[in-house]
Amino acid sequence: MKKYLLDLRVKSVEQIHQRYVLIKLTDDKPLPEMLPGQFVEIRVDGSPNTFLRRPISINFVDIEANELWLLVAAVGEGTKKLALLKPGDMLNCLLPLGNGFTMPQSSEERILLVGGGVGVAPLLYMGAQMAKMGCIPTFLLGARTAKDLLMLDIFKSYGRVCVTTEDGSEGEKGFVTNHSLLQNERFDRIATCGPTPMMKAVARYSRKAQTECEASLENLMACGLGACLCCVEKTTEGNLCVCKDGPVFNIRKLLWQD
Amino acid sequence: MARLDVKIKDLELKNPVMTASGTFGYGLEFADLMPLDGIGGIIVKGTTLKPREGNDYPRMAETASGMLNCVGLQNKGVDYFCEHIYPQIKDINTNMIVNVSGSSPEDYAECAARIDALENIPAIELNISCPNVKDGGMAFGVTCAGASSVVKAVRERYHKTLIVKLSPNVTDISEIARAVEAEGADSVSLINTLMGMAIDIERRKTLLSINTGGLSGPAVKPVALRMVWQVAKAVKIPVVGLGGICNSKDAIEFLMAGATAIEIGTANFLDPAVSIKVRDGINEWLDSHGCKSVHEIIGVID
Ligand SMILES: Cc1cc2nc3c(=O)[nH]c(=O)nc-3n(C[C@H](O)[C@H](O)[C@H](O)COP(=O)(O)OP(=O)(O)OC[C@H]3O[C@@H](n4cnc5c(N)ncnc54)[C@H](O)[C@@H]3O)c2cc1C
Ligand SMILES: Cc1cc2nc3c(=O)[nH]c(=O)nc-3n(C[C@H](O)[C@H](O)[C@H](O)COP(=O)(O)O)c2cc1C
Ligand code: FES
Repeated sequence: MKKYLLDLRVKSVEQIHQRYVLIKLTDDKPLPEMLPGQFVEIRVDGSPNTFLRRPISINFVDIEANELWLLVAAVGEGTKKLALLKPGDMLNCLLPLGNGFTMPQSSEERILLVGGGVGVAPLLYMGAQMAKMGCIPTFLLGARTAKDLLMLDIFKSYGRVCVTTEDGSEGEKGFVTNHSLLQNERFDRIATCGPTPMMKAVARYSRKAQTECEASLENLMACGLGACLCCVEKTTEGNLCVCKDGPVFNIRKLLWQD
Repeated sequence: MARLDVKIKDLELKNPVMTASGTFGYGLEFADLMPLDGIGGIIVKGTTLKPREGNDYPRMAETASGMLNCVGLQNKGVDYFCEHIYPQIKDINTNMIVNVSGSSPEDYAECAARIDALENIPAIELNISCPNVKDGGMAFGVTCAGASSVVKAVRERYHKTLIVKLSPNVTDISEIARAVEAEGADSVSLINTLMGMAIDIERRKTLLSINTGGLSGPAVKPVALRMVWQVAKAVKIPVVGLGGICNSKDAIEFLMAGATAIEIGTANFLDPAVSIKVRDGINEWLDSHGCKSVHEIIGVID
């Protein structure tokens, strides 16, 4: 897919949680085509400490409104700066990068999208694109407490939503892999994004249930283009670049032993 | 429009701007984002005789105005390069230069000889300065004897333009430059990365898998510039300058310090089209200062 370097205009920045903002970007020209699971490398100017670009998943693309949405967790200097953006600010974006999730081949496919924390971000666009083809996704979303569940209403508008919280304040209590859904139903494919321990647990479940599973990795990146070889993950095919060969990998390729 | 063309022995560059090895892949990764044929040359990823997996992850740490890397020369080997990559890059209309590394003088020479046979590769850059591999790399680049032994072995089997890339991790870089000049190097390029380190104080661990890595980016520019100036005065062969160049002002500083051409590395990660902007910026500066050719500013600093 052709890559672009664009100065996108901030349309809105919404504080949807103490630590998370939803940034909507737009451009005068139509935004390029982007696939669910792909990401953007963002330039955060103004400090020697935010020297490299920051990789952020494509959370949603609203074609009618010509908007690109980013869900950002303010964890360090760069992402905290992003959280302070104001409407009208410009953001230099390199996009779309990476491969993206495998899309269903038919509307009959039963697909489960498992996300935790800010890892839910790419699953919204994935689910929305699936719903567009008439394939209704099941989302399984995990968080620490009810108030840490992000964008629930929007997820609900595209599919069935199951929830776990660690304190039981919403949905079932525990981690995503404890949810009864996984005992009671079978899926043709699982896609997951979130903290590595969560994705590894989902991968273990998938192997046992003999369900195809793809995980989206978040290795540290410099170029985002497959040029520097900094972001590599060890796989059955040797070291692969998460930025170019991923970020989405079939778990069979990953050397996740446990 | 000032004249921008420069020559390094038989290597003719349409302008003095090249991209640095390990930061620009094989060029193809950037093809959507800038016209590859707009710059003077592209120095592709470090290539070795045998395939190398490189070091473990994490291989990168961001530091103030720079980054550390310990990629460790991951590449699929020279035969894979000749068979699979060369056909994809040979028609790019600029100088495609291969960065060659090895673990013994014989390794280097054999790798160079195989690349000598490729018609559309007009030059190699010999990397005797990689700080991230145990065997070879910088081990050769830090002593005059080591550097000479590699250049001597390669010179016997490589007949096109031979650029030797020097390590800044030495006491006197001019000495090494003179040693490789004496063995028949056509040019020297400098600097490779500076050995560095970073620590995660919460986890009490280093941020890189092999503890140390090479520092690059604007943080190293003043050091690189000083070394280019020293080496340019010490040798007669053309010098290629690099280290932290981010814009045309930086590039002009290197040219004034004595570099005949420059390379852009880490800055490609910040702006994939930066090399074209540097070319245009040099041209504009020359025009606005009444210079007819880039040669009017090369080495003006005594
Ligand atoms: C493909 C990909 C998609 C991503 N998508 C999103 C997203 O949609 N929303 C979002 O909020 N974040 C996302 N991330 C993570 C995000 O890139 C990092 O949180 C960000 O770069 C941290 O920058 P900073 O300057 O705020 O923090 P820094 O000051 O650089 O670091 C603060 C902390 O964040 C950790 N960190 C730094 N880089 C990463 C990284 N790449 N992955 C995980 N932790 C990191 C550091 O180890 C440190 O503990 C994604 C990462 C990748 C590789
Ligand atoms: C990720 C990365 C990989 C590199 N790989 C190589 C390499 O394979 N061979 C080499 O000679 N130099 C390599 N270098 C060094 C650069 O070519 C260059 O000498 C150095 O980064 C200084 O220039 P800069 O500050 O403009 O980046 C690498 C640098 C980086 C950041
Ligand atoms: S970040 Fe450079 S190769 Fe992936």
